[in-house]
Amino acid sequence: MLHTARTHDDRNTVFMNPNISNFNGIDIPSDDVLTNCMHCGLCLPVCPTFAITGREKSSPRGRIRLIKAVAEGTLEMTEGFVDEMNFCLDCQACETACPAGVKYGSLVESVRNQMRIQGKESTTALTLKWIFLRNVVSKKYLLKLVARTLGIYQSSGLERLVKKSYVIKKLAPKLSKLQELSPRIDGRFFDDIYPEIVTPTVVPKYRVGFLSGCIMNVAFAKINEDTVKVLLHHDCEVIIPKDQVCCGSLQAHNGDFDIARTLAKKNIDVFLKYDLDAIVMNSAGCGALMKEYGHYLHDDLLYAKKAEILSSKVKDISEFLFEIGLKKPVKEYCHRVSYHDACHLVHAQKVSKQPRELIRSIPGIEYVELNEASWCCGSAGTYNIIRHEDSMIILDRKIENVKIADAEFLVANNPGCLTQIEYGCANNHIKTKVIHLATLLRDVYEL
Amino acid sequence: MITTTIISSLASIVGNENLFTSIEDKITYSYDGTPLHSRLPEAIVRPKTKEQISEVLKLANREKFAVVPRGTGTGLSGGSIPVEDCVIVDMSQWNRIIEIDPENLTAWVEPGVITSQLHLEVERIGLFYPPDPGSMNICTIGGNVAENSGGLRGLKYGVTKNYVMGLEVVLPNGDIISCGGKAVKDVAGYNLKDLFIGSEGTLGIFTKILLKLIPKPQTSKTMVAYFNTQSDAGRTVSSIISQKIIPCTVEFLDKTTIRCVEDFAKIGLPTDIESLLLLEVDGHPSVVEEEAQKVVECCKQNNAVEVKIAESVEDAMKLKTARRSAFSALARSRPTTILEDITVPRSSIATMLEKIDAISKKYDVLIGTFGHAGDGNLHPTCLTDERNHEEIARAEKAYEEIFIEAVKLGGTITGEHGTGLAKKKFLHLVTGYTAIDTMRTIKKALDPNNVLNPGKVFDMH
Ligand SMILES: Cc1cc2nc3c(=O)[nH]c(=O)nc-3n(C[C@H](O)[C@H](O)[C@H](O)COP(=O)(O)OP(=O)(O)OC[C@H]3O[C@@H](n4cnc5c(N)ncnc54)[C@H](O)[C@@H]3O)c2cc1C
Ligand code: SF4
Ligand code: SF4
Repeated sequence: MLHTARTHDDRNTVFMNPNISNFNGIDIPSDDVLTNCMHCGLCLPVCPTFAITGREKSSPRGRIRLIKAVAEGTLEMTEGFVDEMNFCLDCQACETACPAGVKYGSLVESVRNQMRIQGKESTTALTLKWIFLRNVVSKKYLLKLVARTLGIYQSSGLERLVKKSYVIKKLAPKLSKLQELSPRIDGRFFDDIYPEIVTPTVVPKYRVGFLSGCIMNVAFAKINEDTVKVLLHHDCEVIIPKDQVCCGSLQAHNGDFDIARTLAKKNIDVFLKYDLDAIVMNSAGCGALMKEYGHYLHDDLLYAKKAEILSSKVKDISEFLFEIGLKKPVKEYCHRVSYHDACHLVHAQKVSKQPRELIRSIPGIEYVELNEASWCCGSAGTYNIIRHEDSMIILDRKIENVKIADAEFLVANNPGCLTQIEYGCANNHIKTKVIHLATLLRDVYEL
Repeated sequence: MITTTIISSLASIVGNENLFTSIEDKITYSYDGTPLHSRLPEAIVRPKTKEQISEVLKLANREKFAVVPRGTGTGLSGGSIPVEDCVIVDMSQWNRIIEIDPENLTAWVEPGVITSQLHLEVERIGLFYPPDPGSMNICTIGGNVAENSGGLRGLKYGVTKNYVMGLEVVLPNGDIISCGGKAVKDVAGYNLKDLFIGSEGTLGIFTKILLKLIPKPQTSKTMVAYFNTQSDAGRTVSSIISQKIIPCTVEFLDKTTIRCVEDFAKIGLPTDIESLLLLEVDGHPSVVEEEAQKVVECCKQNNAVEVKIAESVEDAMKLKTARRSAFSALARSRPTTILEDITVPRSSIATMLEKIDAISKKYDVLIGTFGHAGDGNLHPTCLTDERNHEEIARAEKAYEEIFIEAVKLGGTITGEHGTGLAKKKFLHLVTGYTAIDTMRTIKKALDPNNVLNPGKVFDMH
């Protein structure tokens, strides 16, 4: 006989003699989560990267196995490993699909943290990611400065020149994409317009905190304004603490936990000064992270409890409005509207029913469900810049579905999705306007 | 040993871009859905034509290395898990539906087509392909044929073998043959086609599959019945069938499974009942109405606490989707789930459930049971932790006893997942040693060098 397959008794030869884990420190992928994956494969059909390569290593099940191998010391953090971890969008569609309840997101985020502290990142990714996330976004004044420069640049006509410039495209393709996919910088920043406490004209029924966000603040000031207007219309007193900071989501999803924790503590102090009914979010990524403050700070003596309290108050605007009930609009709003699920809303926060119900409930609206609505658009934080080509393949699939839906408005509750899908629509000459729920509602109520 | 020369020969057959040898690829092709088994392959190839597959097999015979076919690796008996010195032939990219023929009610498909993808395509034109394994959104037709997979609709419509009309197969020696065809009657020569169905990748690699389709049932009704004891549910199954009603689906879930499923799917299943049956009748509207009524009565006569009828197609879909998640959902309570696949005559369902209960107590292991009760097919699933070796040993003892009991009742150790690696040491319980020898003779005739998926189902000595 030539070959014998191994039976139970001689199983695991390859994983025998577990060496020492190739992860180190405190923020390592949890052994329990790794063992929890029973490699059934039910998550494969929802994974956008697996859909591209069909290769097991680009699937959630494959990635979990790779992480396990590194944890068991049978695999080094090889270049191939690092590449797969960066190829992953961290969209967490696999988490929603997994009947076993495997917390995949926590695994990949810990791995990215390990890659950073062990210096396993590629130089391009490093420069782009860490300079941007560690320095610019998390320091408000710097972000404003960069944004101002970018703003002047975008409005000066220089942009068109540079866009066409062969030299830039050739020399720094990634940077040229950074530019195209960067959110449009608003003329005025949101937190320069509004005071810390904004009161409605009637006696307020609710008192809500509002995270103005870092990117939202400088690039989506209009959406922030829309959000505040809609909240005021629903009898909310809106508190926008002046010294709030970036929520830390971009950093945490890229595995930079130290910075994320520091930012979290600051926000906890700032928001818990007030007695709030809710903290309303209009960015899915921020909401997802702030709901996890409790988890990130669970072993911090001083902050664990406070973090829990803060997290329990965090609500996406659609969740909050669904709970308190939408006011009846005066006029019918006769438009065809569709909805795209932001990953960090549907998968990370499991919010998908509320925004749809809200839209459907508006008199006059013809609601059309988007095919594969919860399939990632490829924006994924900084993914569309760092892994531009992959991101565009993923975007194409979304755009195909947007075409089929043929709606006038596509609602998405996350700045990243808005920029990305808008970019795709523009490139494909699709007339659908991509807007935030708050913007839609402001239009509905003519505020 | 697979030398670098062999690797370069493989590269020249399939092309560099279809040959993977990185450590990351090897690790991620080292397993399927089966717990506790894994091994690294030496390489993975993605051949593009049947000629390339044939070349790979000829090379394997010359150089004496093993070849393991793989669909998408959802198998539960280790069929596509690598063996020593092996090359994986990944068939998942063979995913074209070649032809749907509404006049003959057939479909030619490549083996890598995802089962639910085929459902979608044929249902679009009013046709129906019944086999629907729990894994249907990711498993391949090739894997289904190789394992002769069943599904939720097995009771009325049968399993994969009832729908295979023809096959194109690359034999272990590299020869390519076709068997069967569109003619509904065909007795020319030995019925080779049936030999390949359920052969678990050991007798040939499928490159084309001809499937039988049927008209899509006009309508269906889905119900769920709750019971305070497992035996009541078990008896209901036998009593429905003795009323001469054949529902398309009769699925059983015990308390542990219901809790895990509800925890995942959140569809409002009560978590304080002992068991439930998910039932579906389909066909002509008037017949469906009448049969649904009878099924409800049957459940009530057998002490069902409550019987609910799904109000919409969406609700019915939610119930069935939840049922399909059962196996994986069980991993919510303990990290390792070892699932078995015993099948007993339908009339013995209640007895078998009682035996499982007793055995789980005897060995002090937690077992959650669910399954295609209408087929007599139960999946007692041991909830354990692979890091606890002592508990795993007890679980293995419990299974041995469950197998023996199932066979005593006139049943079998596996109804649909196959023997593979995981159950080969128990195969003789069902077939006897002489039958295994007969199988070896067939294997030896087709695969004298034992290159194709060796050591699966049985060993050659
Ligand atoms: C959550 C879950 C639920 C499941 N539910 C069911 C169920 O309800 N009913 C059921 O019967 N099974 C079920 N299964 C088991 C499994 O899905 C089936 O056995 C399925 O048919 C395997 O298909 P695959 O494509 O994953 O094949 P793989 O696991 O990749 O391979 C299975 C076998 O087929 C062989 N093979 C694959 N492709 C070819 C080919 N082209 N030519 C020759 N041989 C080939 C392989 O060598 C191997 O022996 C379930 C599995 C999971 C994880
Ligand atoms: S992550 Fe969940 S769905 Fe995916 S293979 Fe693991 S257990 Fe199965
Ligand atoms: S997070 Fe998204 S991209 Fe990453 S493995 Fe899961 S489904 Fe795939």
